[in-house]
Amino acid sequence: MPTLKELANRPERFVSGHRLCPGCGAGIVARQVMLAITKPAVVGCATGCLEVSSTIFPYSAWKTPWIHSAFENVAATISGAVVAYQALKKQGKISQDAVFVAFGGDGGTYDIGLQSLSGAAERNHRMLYVCYDNQAYMNTGIQRSSATPFGAHTTTTPAGKVIPGKMQFSKDLPSIMVAHEVPYVATAIPGRWNDLVSKVEKAVTCGGFAFLDVLSPCRLGWPHDPALTMEITRLAADTCFWPLYEVVEGKYRLTYRPKEKKPITEWLKLQRRFSNLLKPENSGLLEQLQKSVDTRWERLLKKCESS
Amino acid sequence: MAQNGTRAAKTGNEVFAEAMRQINPDVVAAYPITPATEIVQIFSQFVADGLVKTEFLPAESEHSAMSACIGASACGVRAMTATSSQGLALMWEMLYIAAGLRLPIVMAVVNRALSAPINIHCDHSDTMGARDSGWIQIFSENVQESYDNLIQAVRIAEHPEVCLPVMATTDGFILSHCLETLELLTDSQVQEFVGPVPARENLLASLEANKPITIGALDLQDYYFEHRRQVAEAMSKSLPVIRQVGQQFGELFGRSYGFVEPYQLDDAEVAVVVMGSTTGTCREVVDKLRASGKKAGLLKIRVFRPFPVEEIIQFLSPIKVVGIMDRADSLNAVSGPLYPEVCTALYDCPSHPLTVDFIYGLGGRDVPPGDIENIFTDLFSLLSTGKKNFTVKYVGVRE
Repeated sequence: MPTLKELANRPERFVSGHRLCPGCGAGIVARQVMLAITKPAVVGCATGCLEVSSTIFPYSAWKTPWIHSAFENVAATISGAVVAYQALKKQGKISQDAVFVAFGGDGGTYDIGLQSLSGAAERNHRMLYVCYDNQAYMNTGIQRSSATPFGAHTTTTPAGKVIPGKMQFSKDLPSIMVAHEVPYVATAIPGRWNDLVSKVEKAVTCGGFAFLDVLSPCRLGWPHDPALTMEITRLAADTCFWPLYEVVEGKYRLTYRPKEKKPITEWLKLQRRFSNLLKPENSGLLEQLQKSVDTRWERLLKKCESS
Repeated sequence: MAQNGTRAAKTGNEVFAEAMRQINPDVVAAYPITPATEIVQIFSQFVADGLVKTEFLPAESEHSAMSACIGASACGVRAMTATSSQGLALMWEMLYIAAGLRLPIVMAVVNRALSAPINIHCDHSDTMGARDSGWIQIFSENVQESYDNLIQAVRIAEHPEVCLPVMATTDGFILSHCLETLELLTDSQVQEFVGPVPARENLLASLEANKPITIGALDLQDYYFEHRRQVAEAMSKSLPVIRQVGQQFGELFGRSYGFVEPYQLDDAEVAVVVMGSTTGTCREVVDKLRASGKKAGLLKIRVFRPFPVEEIIQFLSPIKVVGIMDRADSLNAVSGPLYPEVCTALYDCPSHPLTVDFIYGLGGRDVPPGDIENIFTDLFSLLSTGKKNFTVKYVGVRE
């Protein structure tokens, strides 16, 4: 595990000049992931904020071989690159020892890209898939995804007079990935860089398919004070809304246990998408969300204990 | 002429798989679909038996199969796949991307009808739907051509002036599942013909050289048009390449290929334009008509993309009445897709042949010689009246 100073001195492969918003989580996630990888890397991005903001022709923020093909298929696209690399390795036509990384937002991962993600995971290609999970389709203007939390306002689940926001709970994608029995699955936040970096290190050396779900605040979609990006992700972990854990060969382990489990409102109150949920008349909804967080947390703790 | 391989009896699917074995691509990513399933199935056995160096990626859908071919081809390797019908339709989004990224992927396509209603038999609706995707499209009349076309496709796709994906097609069941005798080349003949993968900019080469490249960047108003213009230019530049490759194939192996193949056109007064396996039936009918002194002929279109306008004009401008045979419908209240393309090519000809369209054989509807004879009867009737009294006729359908 490198020190912060060591990390800061590593050559940047996701560089400044991209056009992500100030305070955007995606850029921070991409930078931390790429700093954690020391080997040569081939990167793919699903269509989304990270892709459109980092490669506006003729510019590119990627100082590493990079490809984008479409929205729902970064896992498949990188699968193809991995097998091409294996073919050339076997033929002795490539000397470098490379790692392969796919980045997708929650739209490209939880929803439209779930099939190609599942296919690549089942085939157990040696690659790291990073979901920068900002919990809605932010690139098209804040529409709900299956990663959007219960009660959140999005432009397709607006808080209205009859319906108060999104009425479904977010999909537990890490569990779906664990069910693929891939060697490595983890959650992370950019606000705990050391946890994220050590997970990336494990992921790229696990020998097969690795999946990392990283909570990635969107200052426009959540929306929040862009100065609070990192703090908001830490609160997500401290409220146990976004527990930090890893699953190595099916064995669960918490990688961060908050000293005190904070109420979900601590996280919600910094984001306007939940303002409706915090109104007194919606206390029942808030209770439901808190209950869901508690249930999921307890379930996770049991999985960690029994692992 | 070099020493050729053996004569064999094989189906269209078997020869596609055999050609793939002999091409020995670095990557094959595919998903099964009737009637193309056997291609990948047979090829999987080649992989399992260690007969090829190929990394085989059994994708979870055609969309992912094409996406994986894109990822592989972007790494500079030779990537191939095979599909049909709904599979091609599911790939549709990625077809444009493969061409737009200038990736020389080669695909064997077994032509099959598109749903709905669901149907597994032959027509050309599937590849016609991909006609503007930037893929070169080569149709095959028989099993021999299917084999020869797939081998030539590799050379065409990878030519540095072209760098476009190519699909070689065969008619579902009619060719894919029917045994025909053909002449196979030896492995070394195929290997020598396709040659090593030509160097081109790619992800892994850029990794090795430590000069990283970005593929698939966002092109806005100020660059997209230029890049699409380059794709159009590449398609134009494929014309001489397709011709050269077809000629060289003929010099080496005794079977030359061009864009079109005329039959009894020299003094013909009427002719049909046809693609794929129905060409054989049309030949029979032309022979019969010729035997009774009627000046009938046909023009087979082998290469549909790029569209061979020059050859169409060359061979069809002297013909008085041309019947275009469409094994697909554009559902545009006018005609099938081949008709307007041929008409456009002929529009500027001073001779101005009279043209009509015949939509036939959808969903594998049998096309007996009698149907073709009826088409020619219509054409001769138009010849005698000189008046076009219809634009499109549906052939062999219960109205």
